Amino acid sequence: MPTVTFVEHDGTPHTIDFVEGQSMMEAATNNAVPGIEGDCGGEAACGTCHIIITDDWISTTGTRSDRESQMIEMSPECQANSRLACQLVASKAMDGLKVRLPEFQM
Amino acid sequence: MGTARVIIVGASHASAQMCASLRQDGWTGEILLLGDEPGLPYQRPPLSKAYLAGKLSPDELLIRKPDFYLKQEVRFRPARVVKLHPDALQVELEDGEVLDFDHLALCLGARPRRLSLPGAHLNGVHYLRGAADIQGIQADLPTSKHAVIIGGGYIGLETAASLRQLGLTVTVLETAGRVLQRVTAPEVSTFYERIHREEGIDLRTDVEVLALEGGDRVRGVLLAGDEVLQADLAIVGIGVVPNVELAQEAGLAVSDGIVIDGHGQTDHAHIYAAGDCANYFDARYGRRLRLESVPNAVEQAKTVAATICGKDKEISGLPWFWSDQYDLKLQIAGLSAGYEEVVLRGDPSVGRDFACFYLNEGRIIAADCVNRPQEFMFSKRAIGANLAPQRKLLADPDTALASLLQVAESAG
Repeated sequence: MPTVTFVEHDGTPHTIDFVEGQSMMEAATNNAVPGIEGDCGGEAACGTCHIIITDDWISTTGTRSDRESQMIEMSPECQANSRLACQLVASKAMDGLKVRLPEFQM
Repeated sequence: MGTARVIIVGASHASAQMCASLRQDGWTGEILLLGDEPGLPYQRPPLSKAYLAGKLSPDELLIRKPDFYLKQEVRFRPARVVKLHPDALQVELEDGEVLDFDHLALCLGARPRRLSLPGAHLNGVHYLRGAADIQGIQADLPTSKHAVIIGGGYIGLETAASLRQLGLTVTVLETAGRVLQRVTAPEVSTFYERIHREEGIDLRTDVEVLALEGGDRVRGVLLAGDEVLQADLAIVGIGVVPNVELAQEAGLAVSDGIVIDGHGQTDHAHIYAAGDCANYFDARYGRRLRLESVPNAVEQAKTVAATICGKDKEISGLPWFWSDQYDLKLQIAGLSAGYEEVVLRGDPSVGRDFACFYLNEGRIIAADCVNRPQEFMFSKRAIGANLAPQRKLLADPDTALASLLQVAESAG
């Protein structure tokens, strides 16, 4: 199975399997990854699945949409490669993906 | 006595979160989840929207997949709890079986308030709370052309939008002078009334419903003044009642919900409650509240899990809500009750996006944001920071919201 690694703000990594077609938020919550909340269930309504993509992966994942921008850019921890994990649909090409989590979800 | 056991009663948003949080907070004992519906906890907000429209399967509705419960060693069992024995630390199931617990979390939710009118029992009259309710509505859809929605709250309006989009003629009946009266400013009510009418809905306020008419199936809705509205389908959305009976019969404190403290604990040391059934003290708003929302259920579930694991966490999240109707995504930050004035950013009398900020003594206490995610995220921070922005700047579309936060934060 393809895997993705979520790295908590304190550096703790969580490497988990993902299913293609699922969002990265679902992958995280189905594996109880701490720091990814996904309160709204994937509607891009809550902003609690903020992740930061590392530079070498951004061409694979793509950058955030306008709606994601409007949600995340108000976060003090927003970075150039910030995304909402619920809007990132997992594909085979993302096998080995590494993302960082902010200190707080808003 | 074997390993310690947490029993969670109710398969809900709160309980799904509690399972995850218990493990994240280090609970190594047993977790037993008892639900009185057949399956695992599922998302309720999409019921009136994507699920009703047939765009989501029951599997897609699950909050967390079956795999999650396996990996986290959570045992799920469909079973109805009929009695709590707090002093014996036991719950009793419908079939008489008795289960021991070390900690008990009540995630009992709420149930729809029933309509007490002649004809309310007729076939074709539906409520909206669980997946089974939606399946009932869907079964009636092929033979339905006219739907009447009783109640102009969020559930009623969301359902109206969904049924309209499925091609039915839809009437919405509200007894108050405007829709969403209990929860929004008049400006927001007027906006939603306009949108629903533009979408072709016959929306009526100040209406008194006298009876539902028909043989075994509903055929009409009788209003004061003798008008009868044709109805093949009637949907009742007039609020919910918290499920407190188990707690009440067990002698736990109940007052518009099961009374909990800031750590999610009831007045019994080993019993907790979370979600729609729980009444807590909100430190930010300075009063006791019982909220009906997913974020509230999630926050309280996290708090209960932390308390069970011996961690010090208080219920502290800012209440927030959302509602989807047509292409409108409403996000609500905070609670507006008791506001003194509103400031509008954007014009709700035209178009389909704006934000309505609620102010008290100049400070933002809440905001309704329609298709304005940026304003919503701004509001979450602004309310948390007790921001008192200049009204003119808050309303000015050319003033960047981020600049208002910077002013506040540099002023300390």
